[in-house]
Amino acid sequence: MNTDTRIAGLSGVRKRYGSIVALDGIDLDIHRGELVALLGPNGAGKSTSIGLLLGLQRADAGEVVLFGGDPQEIATRRRIGVMLQSAELPPTLKVGELLRLTASYYPAPRDPTECAAIAGITNLLDRRYGKLSGGQQRRVQFALAIVGGPELLFLDEPTVGMDIDARQSLWAAIRRMLREGCAVVLTTHYLEEAEALADRVCVIAKGRVVSQGSVDSLRAHVALRRIRCITTLDAAAIAAWPEVVSVDMQQGRLTIATAQAEVVVRRLLDGDPALCELEVQRAGLAEAFQEITRDTDAVQEAA
Amino acid sequence: MTTIDSTATIVMRPGRIVAAYIEEARAECLRYLRNPGFLLPTLLFPSVFYLMFGVFLGRANGPDAPLYLLASYGTFGVMAPGLFGFGVSLALERDTGLLTLKRALPMPPGAYLLGKMCMALLVVAMVSVIMLCLAVFLGGVHLTPSRIATFFVLEVLGVLPFAALGLFIATLVKGQGAPGVVNLVYLPMAFLSGLWFPLSIMPSFLQAIAPLWPAYHLNRLALDAVGLGDGVVWPHAGVLAGFTVALVLLAARRLRRYG
Repeated sequence: MNTDTRIAGLSGVRKRYGSIVALDGIDLDIHRGELVALLGPNGAGKSTSIGLLLGLQRADAGEVVLFGGDPQEIATRRRIGVMLQSAELPPTLKVGELLRLTASYYPAPRDPTECAAIAGITNLLDRRYGKLSGGQQRRVQFALAIVGGPELLFLDEPTVGMDIDARQSLWAAIRRMLREGCAVVLTTHYLEEAEALADRVCVIAKGRVVSQGSVDSLRAHVALRRIRCITTLDAAAIAAWPEVVSVDMQQGRLTIATAQAEVVVRRLLDGDPALCELEVQRAGLAEAFQEITRDTDAVQEAA
Repeated sequence: MTTIDSTATIVMRPGRIVAAYIEEARAECLRYLRNPGFLLPTLLFPSVFYLMFGVFLGRANGPDAPLYLLASYGTFGVMAPGLFGFGVSLALERDTGLLTLKRALPMPPGAYLLGKMCMALLVVAMVSVIMLCLAVFLGGVHLTPSRIATFFVLEVLGVLPFAALGLFIATLVKGQGAPGVVNLVYLPMAFLSGLWFPLSIMPSFLQAIAPLWPAYHLNRLALDAVGLGDGVVWPHAGVLAGFTVALVLLAARRLRRYG
């Protein structure tokens, strides 16, 4: 297909380590210019999926494609940038030297000073890598990931160990790469990170994509909404209403989980005109994520 | 409909590929020259031993002792950069994720190992210059320029079998266990090859198995280079070359299979 915007992907990929099934027929597409967030519990298969797309491992079955080729070939990897979760870079090399070395691997690298500016490490170029704080080292690794001028960027847990400011500025740097047309595959444990950045979220569990879509559609998977308010109504009586899933009373503040927030709110206001501090919230990605992985567990246990 | 050409190949000019190899070697040399934990013992052990036993105490053992011990401690000095600079560093980097990152990046194949080899050659060149200076200026050793040149070249190339041995060990043991394993090879081999005490004063059994160790053969070549040999050169050189090739092939097989 000539109109295909898919630049990388896994089709029906299986991978086992001994008796452990890491990937169980996973399908994953990455399209030009988009940010895909891979979410899932530890051991779900995120790292194995990334490892296959980087050519670090070979699939037992199925097809792994990177820019129409095999990721184990160096020519295809010249179009990607990589930031791995656990890579200790040489501590005695200076940041500028690391950038220069990594840039040398690519046919048309970006200007290292520009990369340093994007990653916010301009003032660290003459410092030795081993002398930097954890957050600074992560930013250096990000600069190394973009120095090759990649069309696809793999970021494995990029903001682990960063404070809020550093995380925000890395997010800004990632958004800048997206604006330039670079696609990003992001794995993260921080759901707010996926919410802040992702065009598309893939939830991986037990070696498969169990759900994918926009952050909104993922949240819509979870129909529940939360109503919080302060009321004189009896919590036990509310719990008996047919629309209410659960009720929780903490320090005079009532939290109700329901699929039909509008109906419940109307009944609450009718029942207690003095009700105050009313809040209605859609479940966050955290709840959606929990619900989806729990559903998968239930299905697998039932099967 | 937009057509997106997702299979356009980006050509890496040959000049840039060569540059990548050079950058890798440069970075590898820089990082170890800045690491005193590696550099100081590697340079100081052979030179301090030689200074004590070869220069200060050596002359008591006869006029040839400083020359004889230049060969022995020179050989000893060649072993560490190969075994530690190559083997231990590779074993550690297989464990810390650096090698994984390099494999994911489009680093030219072989640049990583070639870079480490350049670093080992450079360090051995430094060890050899220090040893030769000690011998000539402090030990009163007389060597013709051609013998000095032969000794230097032999020592520098002599790191290759030990780098190959280090590489092979690194494919067997990864992480923090590697330095211990390498020391278990390094120190006994130096002793059993007659680098610390002449083989002639050792039990005949140990003399008989000495040809098993690459350090024995390199020492024989080093003795020949300084003019104390028996003229037998090619069998020793052949054994070292064969040993190097065999271990590199074994290591390559293991790396391909287990990464």
